[in-house]
Amino acid sequence: MEKIKQQNRHVYWNPYFGGFLLGLLIIFTFYITGRGLGASGAVKSGVVTVVNKVSPEHTENNAYYKKFLNGESSPMNNWLVFEALGVIMGAFLSGAITGRIKLKTQHSPKISVNRRLVFALIGGLLFGFGAQIARGCTSGAALSGISVMATAGFISMISIFGTGYLVAYFFRKNWI
Amino acid sequence: MGPLIPNELIPAEWNFVLAILIGMAFGYIMEASGFSSSRKLVGVFYGYDFAVLKVFFTATIVALIGLNYMDYLNWIDLTQLFVQPTYLWAAVVGGFIMGIGFLAGGFCPGTSLCAVAIGKIDGIVFTLGLFIGILIFSESFSWIQPLYEEYNLGHVTLDKTLGISPYLIIFIFTIIAILAFYISDSIRNRVKKVFY
Repeated sequence: MEKIKQQNRHVYWNPYFGGFLLGLLIIFTFYITGRGLGASGAVKSGVVTVVNKVSPEHTENNAYYKKFLNGESSPMNNWLVFEALGVIMGAFLSGAITGRIKLKTQHSPKISVNRRLVFALIGGLLFGFGAQIARGCTSGAALSGISVMATAGFISMISIFGTGYLVAYFFRKNWI
Repeated sequence: MGPLIPNELIPAEWNFVLAILIGMAFGYIMEASGFSSSRKLVGVFYGYDFAVLKVFFTATIVALIGLNYMDYLNWIDLTQLFVQPTYLWAAVVGGFIMGIGFLAGGFCPGTSLCAVAIGKIDGIVFTLGLFIGILIFSESFSWIQPLYEEYNLGHVTLDKTLGISPYLIIFIFTIIAILAFYISDSIRNRVKKVFY
């Protein structure tokens, strides 16, 4: 037990250090591009691209897909798509240096792997759906939004985390 | 004066190169802070790990203070930065659905990409869920459209919405963060440790 405790304490960066660097990165990103960071936008570009490949008539008749299709260039030709590829590379680099790369399912010992994966799928589905309604997820709407004092950023943050605390009780078996 | 690319001080060709480099730094910071672990992330809701709260508040305060200082020094023009529009009920309802998704899935979109990068199968499944969720939203857009497009307050910032000085907002936000840091540490000391 003593050994695990030590691991838990030292394995990751001090959160204030990580937060400080992330703040500097947000400043740098706004200074260069005039926009913030994001994540769900890249997945949306992926969805639009796939659906457009499968049926161009279908995307033509849908007001939402149409917002992101401009004829010539692919929706994958987008800043957030390149940024998201960078996120995967950067996280891989950090994981490789610290020896955390391993194919596994992380779950509480109280639940099965299948239960964890079913809930992960449902959670992803809800998060993707909600992020489209709110026009951004925790990175794009809340983190970047608050950095420029956008009212929507504060509302999204309070709504996401407030709801989290409200429903935490019902999901407790999955985590603690 | 910044922002550099919109003011054409850096050629637009650099946009995608910088996107990858900025993304890499973002992914590295998240993974190194432990955000590729769902059990660490949700710790903030059960009181056994407050890394999310600490990273989130520290980052936003650094960015808020930094950007406002740079504006004061005329290094950057805050009015040129992208402020997303506030659609009141869309933000509330969307946030509510995301909150449930967070507790069910244990990730958000950015952190799930980090989990994918280091081989977490739950992260891969969560990301698959994101695709399906966005697909369902797009396919049912016609009946969500009223919620999505109504109650538009425009590209507003909180100081305009509340009618108070932006510096006062930063000051209050910083005080709230320091209190949150203090309270979260005292809660964590009382809550049963969870190992993951």
